[in-house]
Amino acid sequence: MADIVIDRVVKEFGSFRALQEVSLTVNDGEFVALLGPSGCGKTTLLRIIAGLETQTSGRVVIGGQDVSHLSPRKRGLAMVFQNYAVFPHMTVFENVAFGLRMQKAAAADVKRKVERAAALLHIESYLDRYPAKLSGGQRQRVAVARALAVEPAVLLMDEPLSNLDALLRLEMRTELKAVLREAGTTTIYVTHDQTEAMGLADRIAVMYGGKIDQIGSPLEIYATPATRFVGGFIGSPPMNFIKVRCSQGTARIGDAALPCPVTAESLELGLRGEDASLSADGSGLPFDVRVVEPMGSHLLLTGAIDGQLARIVAPPTAEVTAGERVGLTVDPARVTWIDSTTGRALARA
Amino acid sequence: MPARPSWIPYALIAPSVVFLAALFLVPLVQTIWLSVSAGDGLSLENYRRMAGDLNFALAVKNTFLLTLVVVPLQVVLALGMATMVTKLDKGRDLVLWVLTIPLGISDLAAGLAWLALLQNTGYLNSALYALGLIQGPTGWLSQETPVALFFAIVLAELWRATAIVLVILIAGLQLIPKEFAEAAEIFGAKPWTRFTRITLPLLKPSLQSALILRTVLAFEVFAVVYALGGRNFPVLAGEAYVWQNDNQNYGVAAAYAVLIMAISLAATAVYLRVLRTRPEQLP
Repeated sequence: MADIVIDRVVKEFGSFRALQEVSLTVNDGEFVALLGPSGCGKTTLLRIIAGLETQTSGRVVIGGQDVSHLSPRKRGLAMVFQNYAVFPHMTVFENVAFGLRMQKAAAADVKRKVERAAALLHIESYLDRYPAKLSGGQRQRVAVARALAVEPAVLLMDEPLSNLDALLRLEMRTELKAVLREAGTTTIYVTHDQTEAMGLADRIAVMYGGKIDQIGSPLEIYATPATRFVGGFIGSPPMNFIKVRCSQGTARIGDAALPCPVTAESLELGLRGEDASLSADGSGLPFDVRVVEPMGSHLLLTGAIDGQLARIVAPPTAEVTAGERVGLTVDPARVTWIDSTTGRALARA
Repeated sequence: MPARPSWIPYALIAPSVVFLAALFLVPLVQTIWLSVSAGDGLSLENYRRMAGDLNFALAVKNTFLLTLVVVPLQVVLALGMATMVTKLDKGRDLVLWVLTIPLGISDLAAGLAWLALLQNTGYLNSALYALGLIQGPTGWLSQETPVALFFAIVLAELWRATAIVLVILIAGLQLIPKEFAEAAEIFGAKPWTRFTRITLPLLKPSLQSALILRTVLAFEVFAVVYALGGRNFPVLAGEAYVWQNDNQNYGVAAAYAVLIMAISLAATAVYLRVLRTRPEQLP
């Protein structure tokens, strides 16, 4: 078991700065997801932790040991790759046993640990087969079993579920969470899928443009985004951003008034679609509904607040028709105020 | 898509079938026929004469010896070179281009180039003389120096034909996704273990192609040997040439040709069996 400290890591590819002074501490036994769109540097950061890439500057400390310049095999970690990287010329057993064989573990030990990892991932019945005979989901299990068999202090996962179909992904996600909880391994998990990050992680680090925009628990990230990007990236539908004028602590939109912080020149109101409710008497924030999409569990309303695009979630039974103007009730405690110039959230009042 | 007439695929491959039949199959059958016909009927007389010839045993021995020394050396060299070339970040194409220049040179020209280096008054002797290591022109390629002659031929063959193995292996290495080596590294494999446990097994299909090609060509070795040693180092293809041109005995020459073919086919069969990749082990 080990904690991971990433200390001001910078990575440059030629003149391109892929990572700009990223710092992150992952506690012993914690599951942290690196979440962000493609090109945000999350995979580069993971590969630097693994030792597959070398940072331009900064340090990586695992379990108190500075591993910045150690080769991957000396870092005491295991990794699951996006396309599994299960060795095609070895049986499932030999794949799972690979790390143990490299440690020159005794044959009986290898057998015991392989069988335990196989049981954990439900692949006991394929141990004699070659990976080519397995489905994508089964290969994924082999890759995870191979990583867990060495009982690593640190487990790195690079988009491990992205090659699976949607249903299998949901199933594997649930199973992964149970398996990793049991193993108690410190885990860093790279993904671009917010539901994976929200569902699996103890904490999420949202990355954008080579930086970590926010680190926090899934709920914190969802409810109190630190930047405009985080608000827009997390949640479905994404957070709405409405430009408003704030004068003397009050922002007026239509006949609604919301208390606002006065520190910034130009402000945006960050409002989650599910944090607004339809008012019974049409009062509140005026919302011009353009499209109504019944999603089963809810209605997705697309329209405009003060002429600016917004998506609102309404109960499935609400009676709303396209073209109508409705009033929205908003809890001032649940909105986020964004400084338009910096894109950062302002301190809550 | 509208259904095409079923004869179209056959019509499209017909030209190559005709080409192969006319220029490969017919001469092949003729050669076999020539080798088993003597006087007025079928006989193994040509094979008897071939086997009874003074140089036959020596030619068989030399050909096998050369193949057994040259081919493994070429594979080892090419593996090393291919690994290094694929690790290059810059100038990879240039390096590869330089390394493959010998492929563009005919084997006779290559043999003559090495003759210019190694003959009595060649560059090697000039250099050795200038360094004071020899007293005067020294023969390396004569009957009196069979070991030196053998190594000269090995050297020239290595220089001339290692690149074809290199090209095949580089193509093979590029087909192996880098994640396999990365995964092996993460799980504790040192460079040599990665090479033997991951790279080599995954390279097996390419190694098989390279070995078949190089071995078959090695059994046919002729021009380099002829340029450097003449008949001082008899090989099978050289004997076929001598029987055809000097002795004007086409039957025995054909017997040699058939023998070379049989050896090549046997070697190919061995490689196909020993280095086969089971379908379930393919990536």
